[in-house]
Amino acid sequence: MKIRIRYFAALREALGPQEELDCEPGVTVSQIRDRLVARGTPYADVLATHRLVRCAWNQHMCELNHAVTSEGELAFFPPVTGG
Amino acid sequence: MDALEVCIQEADFDLGTEVRRLREAHRDVGAVVAFLGTVRDYQDRPEGGLQGMELEHYPGMTESAIQHMIAEARQRFDMKSVRVIHRVGRLNVQDQIVMVAVASAHRGEAFAACEFLMDYLKTQAPFWKKEWTPQGGQWVDARDSDDRAVERWGLKGQGTSQ
Repeated sequence: MKIRIRYFAALREALGPQEELDCEPGVTVSQIRDRLVARGTPYADVLATHRLVRCAWNQHMCELNHAVTSEGELAFFPPVTGG
Repeated sequence: MDALEVCIQEADFDLGTEVRRLREAHRDVGAVVAFLGTVRDYQDRPEGGLQGMELEHYPGMTESAIQHMIAEARQRFDMKSVRVIHRVGRLNVQDQIVMVAVASAHRGEAFAACEFLMDYLKTQAPFWKKEWTPQGGQWVDARDSDDRAVERWGLKGQGTSQ
């Protein structure tokens, strides 16, 4: 299945606004992140595990262990700083 | 639910107009509390004065996250009406960034609801700030103090100190 990945703020500047990725159903957000990190620079730098990266599945904040079971939109971004 | 409760926009807004609308919407409003956040420069900045700020959001998610927090606030406080405006795009020092205004029957509920919404917004609404100085642009780091502010309401912060 295909999922859309979106990046915001510093991640968007390094990786671009969005991309499509082929995934098998049941994959966790953390596994998707590992796959992106395995690409090397710049993915490994901004998505590395020691970084504070937040994620959202279909526009709701989610945890890294969230399992993706259908097509949809996954977003990675830094902690929010509005207001 | 009022469709005009949340607005994410590049344009500036007028606090007086917004407060008047909230006040006039219900005959039983006795108190309006409005918070206004502005772009500030600070003197202790080693890299020099702030030239401006850039605000990014996640269209769709940002609006629904704020609607969700308004629903949460309604469970806790008496709010007759509420309005949240958050600007995005390029802003200058002293510009208005955000407004949260709450109309209630009494001031206690209006003060509390306004502070709750603002604390929640700081840690849960997808906005990101980038500051521009003569040295270039720098994304602003999330602050532990914002986490502590939201945790006081029994809500989870972002865990930025981990």
